[in-house]
Amino acid sequence: MASLLGRWPVWLSSLLLLLATGLAVAELPIPPLTARVSDLTGTLSSEEKATLEARLEAFEREKGAQIGVLIVATVKPETIEHYALRVVETWQLGRQGVDDGALLLVAKDDRRMRIEVGYGLEGALNDATTKRIISETIIPRFKQGDFYGGLDAGIEAMFTVVAGEPLPAPDAQAGGGPAADDSFENLLFAGFVLIFVVGGLLRAVFGRFLAAGMVALAASVIASFLLSSLLAAAIVGVVAFFVSLVVGIAGVRGGSGGVSWGGGSGRRGGGRSGGFSGGGGGFGGGGASGGW
Amino acid sequence: MRIRFLAVVILLASLLSGCGYNTFQTGDEAVKSAWSEVINQYQRRADLVPNLVSTVQGYASHEKEVLTQVTQARAQLGGIQATPELVNDPAALARFQQAQAGLSSALSRLLVVAENYPQLKADGAFRDLQAQLEGTENRITVARNRYIKAVETYNVSVRTFPNNLTAMIFGYAVKPNFTVDNEKAISTAPKVDFSAPAAAGKSLPAGAN
Repeated sequence: MASLLGRWPVWLSSLLLLLATGLAVAELPIPPLTARVSDLTGTLSSEEKATLEARLEAFEREKGAQIGVLIVATVKPETIEHYALRVVETWQLGRQGVDDGALLLVAKDDRRMRIEVGYGLEGALNDATTKRIISETIIPRFKQGDFYGGLDAGIEAMFTVVAGEPLPAPDAQAGGGPAADDSFENLLFAGFVLIFVVGGLLRAVFGRFLAAGMVALAASVIASFLLSSLLAAAIVGVVAFFVSLVVGIAGVRGGSGGVSWGGGSGRRGGGRSGGFSGGGGGFGGGGASGGW
Repeated sequence: MRIRFLAVVILLASLLSGCGYNTFQTGDEAVKSAWSEVINQYQRRADLVPNLVSTVQGYASHEKEVLTQVTQARAQLGGIQATPELVNDPAALARFQQAQAGLSSALSRLLVVAENYPQLKADGAFRDLQAQLEGTENRITVARNRYIKAVETYNVSVRTFPNNLTAMIFGYAVKPNFTVDNEKAISTAPKVDFSAPAAAGKSLPAGAN
């Protein structure tokens, strides 16, 4: 009884968390990442957008760091810090592992802005520097209604700071979205190990049919673990049974080996033809905010 | 015979991975690293305090009370060992939170007092420190949210059906989180009363918004 009561706050907090997540979903949607400069307010003319876009792209080609600009009308009811973090967690600007992304977010009607800085740039674009860029370079221009000028000068200031930071050189085929096929790859790998290594061992001990059954059982358990679907697990089990059986027969005939497991490594090869996507950079809430 | 035993062990191991044991390991490590980040950011804030105090002292040396409170609140943190094991001890976690909340309110009072000194506010070093403090408060919020999520994921994995049997056998318990009760205590019951009358009605300037 006491332990049940003792667990109550955990129940309660997870319930509230669930509710909070539900609310968070109901909050402002994150715009899809289609370009380095996203203006949802129509503040910038198309030439201005193209100019900024070209400068950001040139900088990324030269230095590797991904900087994005987003102008929205409002972020209410969220704070700009909260919204900015949600955006960068979705967009994942910056290279994976280097985390050299940054986002310049403007909430025009709220008269608030924020520069969100990825882990890898926190040394260069530290809080104090970022705050100075905001309050000394960008805000004075925003106050006069010169949004393009403010953004242009702000980006320039960010370039100058980041340029002094030693970052890994950009490589030609970097980019592509974060891995979505992880569990599938895991499954392939597990299947490979099961059928050829464990299966081989089991075959030696229990014989072909029994071993194939065991492999099938293990495969379906692992599949249910990775894919969290019983139907998929059952299918995987059946497939594993037959593959294992066939491999067993082939193995008996011509020794083991000969079956090379090529492919499977089409990971992160997406490139970036046409569209623009984040490279998987991480953010931890660094940066600064300001208002005008 | 030995090879048969080996085969059974391998089979059991592969079964074990299906009943949540590995999920616990992954989740446990995720909680630990999320907690390290929380401690890391709190430490970063504590490290800012001496500089902040000495900068404010240069312009407002007679605001002794507020300055002393900040220094004391920071000193109290030293008494708490912020180890990863703290995560598994609800009482220690609550103490840790209370001490950090004490520093939060002392710092916010200091910043409110600083508003009365235009020269201090114009000082470049103070503005840099203030920006760093704001950034750190925001990082703390982020780290805490990520910790809450990591603990939630872990606790769900421990409590849901086939896994809870494994958890019982191997003794994995749910971890305490930053609970709502604690949040309430932090936001409504500051330990020390407001000394400066100017502080009334003003809210925490850093991090919160």
